[in-house]
Amino acid sequence: MKLSRRDALAVGIGGMALAVLAPAAYAAAEDAAIATFTGGAALGTGGLTLTLPEIAENGNTVPVSVDAPGAVAIMILAPGNPTPEVATFNFGPAAGSQKAGTRMRLAKTQDVIAIAKMSDGKFVKVTSTVKVTIGGCGG
Amino acid sequence: MMKLRKQATAMMALGLLALSVGGMARAADPDPGVDLVINGDTKLVTRVPAPANIPGLKEVYSGWLFHDPTTQAMETDDFSNPAMLAVDAGNAAWSTVMGTEGKSCASCHNGIDSMKGVRASMPKVNKAGKLWSLEDYINDCVTNRMGAKALGWNSNEMSGLTSAISMQSRGMPVDVATDGAAAPFWKEGEKLYYTRTGLLELSCASCHEMHFGDHVRDERLSQGQINGFPVYRLKTTNMVSIHNRFYGCVRDTRAESYKEGTDPLRELELYVASRGNGLSIEGVSVRP
Amino acid sequence: MASNVTPRVKVPATAKVGDVITIKTLISHPMISGQTKDKDGKPIPREIINRFTCDFNGKNVIDMTLDPAISTNPYIEFDAKIDAAGDFKFTWYDDDGSVYSDSKTIALG
Repeated sequence: MKLSRRDALAVGIGGMALAVLAPAAYAAAEDAAIATFTGGAALGTGGLTLTLPEIAENGNTVPVSVDAPGAVAIMILAPGNPTPEVATFNFGPAAGSQKAGTRMRLAKTQDVIAIAKMSDGKFVKVTSTVKVTIGGCGG
Repeated sequence: MMKLRKQATAMMALGLLALSVGGMARAADPDPGVDLVINGDTKLVTRVPAPANIPGLKEVYSGWLFHDPTTQAMETDDFSNPAMLAVDAGNAAWSTVMGTEGKSCASCHNGIDSMKGVRASMPKVNKAGKLWSLEDYINDCVTNRMGAKALGWNSNEMSGLTSAISMQSRGMPVDVATDGAAAPFWKEGEKLYYTRTGLLELSCASCHEMHFGDHVRDERLSQGQINGFPVYRLKTTNMVSIHNRFYGCVRDTRAESYKEGTDPLRELELYVASRGNGLSIEGVSVRP
Repeated sequence: MASNVTPRVKVPATAKVGDVITIKTLISHPMISGQTKDKDGKPIPREIINRFTCDFNGKNVIDMTLDPAISTNPYIEFDAKIDAAGDFKFTWYDDDGSVYSDSKTIALG
């Protein structure tokens, strides 16, 4: 069999037609997205939970949920994607908790970031690594 | 994959002997103690002793058992399960008039609950002695009774109807006939199941009988059971039919694959369905 | 424009005052990211649902911004606090200007 694992990965990623960006470009887009959300405020830790599978069986549909009691808003970023923004949840007065879940696309294995804006105006950040795999037959 | 290739080559050297020896049968529960319960109240059968005419397996397992808990969870609630969008579409289509005769499915069949049990016995030999899949029975109505154009095998219209019809059999055991008029078709399907195809020279059995539970890269091979179909695949984010999955699997052996809606795939569908006789029809399922 | 966009929403039929209930929503939508190409290699323009809101008796529960990284057929799960019987209103906003909505009534019991 001549098809190497690397070839298969290239086929899989090519199929998703992802732009190849230099690491610096990734970081700039990530920083800009964070700055837009926080206005440049310092990022603390604690009080924010980011729940993700350790290994995503398919990067096209990865369940993600965030929970930050007392938060006003929570943003999710996937810096390894062509554009880092995933979603922002703003919680209103009728919210039963500051918890929400959705499903997202991850282009590759990466550290997913969540940032919560707390009711006192402070921001907290948490990251979690997700390994994105390719199906057994290359799909 | 390289590892699998080596094993496959080794098995090829052993030839048919390996396939016919009962001692090769594997029995390893892929997810011991875990049960598929939908909406908190509907427990489905995901493991049963293998049917007597399937000597290569001791116990059969639903594909649901082979996947990550987060993937499994999507199927346990009908409001988390994205396949239910197709069921909703199919239920709406059931009572929508199409074609020149001014009829909907409901005009002849009344409520879709009249389809209870249909999915569990598919594919089935028709009155003319031909083996038909659920899609064939649907298209027979669509073209001959309703005067409409046949639905594409992989179309959203077809997967909506097969999904909604399949839901009527949720929880019923797979129960396809393998004897009588079905026997010659079943034999052909069995032959195809053990025939190696493509540059990789893999048969269905190479992966799904001899290596279920093993990893190909990071994915665990299932037994290739079809009790969960139609399937919402996370990879393609749409509904996948049984024949479409077979097509993809054969293609992945680097072979010229059989097209959906052809006799070889109907026969293979009958044989593979019979390997899961006794497992619950899941209605619509979620797989990676 | 995306065709056959239909929402699917789960809200319990009844709750007690003070209860926190979980709401689950799905909507059929291709969520075209703008990163994919057609068979001729031309980029397929982005077309996604970019915002989702849920209100209960006119008060906001959640207001979500969706970006192209949200999967096809968006799924959203969140909690609401019940202080009275009433109506939930769900609204999804499409890039093309389309607005899809659904509503559910909850009784006290």
